Amino acid sequence: MNELLFSLVILGGSFLAGMLGSLTGLGGGVVLVPMLALLFKVDLHYAIGASLISVIATSSGSAAAYVREGFSNIRIGMFLEIATTIGAVVGAWLATRTPVRGIAIIFGVVLLYSVYLSLRGHDDETVPQNKWSDRFKMNGTFPGPDGKEQKYAVKHISGGFATMFGAGTLSGLLGIGSGAVKVLAMDHIMRIPFKVSTTTSNFMIGVTAAASAGIYLRRGYIDPTLAAPVMIGVLIGSLLGAKILVKSNVKSLRLIFSAVIFFLAIEMIYNGVVGKV
Amino acid sequence: MRKPSDKQVDEFIGQVLRAGVLLSSAVTMIGLVLYLWHHSASTPNYHVFHSISGKLRHLRQLFPDAFHGDPVAIIQVGILLLIATPVARVAFLVGAFALERDRMYVAVSGLVLAVLLYSIIFFR
Repeated sequence: MNELLFSLVILGGSFLAGMLGSLTGLGGGVVLVPMLALLFKVDLHYAIGASLISVIATSSGSAAAYVREGFSNIRIGMFLEIATTIGAVVGAWLATRTPVRGIAIIFGVVLLYSVYLSLRGHDDETVPQNKWSDRFKMNGTFPGPDGKEQKYAVKHISGGFATMFGAGTLSGLLGIGSGAVKVLAMDHIMRIPFKVSTTTSNFMIGVTAAASAGIYLRRGYIDPTLAAPVMIGVLIGSLLGAKILVKSNVKSLRLIFSAVIFFLAIEMIYNGVVGKV
Repeated sequence: MRKPSDKQVDEFIGQVLRAGVLLSSAVTMIGLVLYLWHHSASTPNYHVFHSISGKLRHLRQLFPDAFHGDPVAIIQVGILLLIATPVARVAFLVGAFALERDRMYVAVSGLVLAVLLYSIIFFR
């Protein structure tokens, strides 16, 4: 396969990965990394480096649309970004010290857990008041089901912070946005309304990925000629996926795609165990 | 200076992100098209990891190369612009919190900015 054909195939594959990522709500990286590593036999370090770049593009590209909805909570996001960025630096540090097989196995396990989290549904229970939430100015409002503004507060800030550190580490180690773990921390642990959790998580993903992308770049793990078609493909695919998501009820589609991701996860673990990555 | 509302800050940050992504993907796209124009027949090798050429990692050499039309250097500039986009978002938020006189969040966002700059510039 020559360079032109290879780039076009990568572009098309990344487009599909971006679309699948946004339809399942798991992000482009979770499909992209296994695709590059298993299907195209790209070295896992390059695959992760290219994926990080596409994660930044997707997060920043879709954020402009989320801003208009006005759901995201900048203060909560910024506060938790302390944990995710430090975690991302630790993850990038671990990436050079973990054997490629180990990274593949961890990737698969995280993928399985993310699919489980995304299918489990969410908690709609919110807390009306919390002392620490007041102190850190994290309270906010969001449009409730009856159209009226509903107030919310935040609890278990330290638990959410610790989980966010873990999400950042996984992001730096595996080159994914780890949005599912970020939403777990905000929605499930801190009891932030689901819509606020997902949009705030989307904002945080770009900042988290930038912290580890800089390290990958200076180590030479980001190959420009691979990262370019990946970034453009994933960006267009995920923006299109988000449009489809708004227009149609995709519950059954989501189940099918989750099955695809489940299969990818098993494949990653298997290849890690037998050492074929 | 007048205090900006949270909504104005949101809108502005949204525009910064959109501009950053548009600019960086346009630059990357130009580089990729030029690269494929020149190298379409060669065989790619991403299977074996070999750290990319050192000159792409030094800004002093990267920008002159990009201006002279080196396709890979142009892509690299696009990637750098993309990484700079979320960093710019955090930097603007430091400013916005300062205008709102919210000292706690000037410190919080300042800390995030410091971690980002540290990781991008110094961390090995």
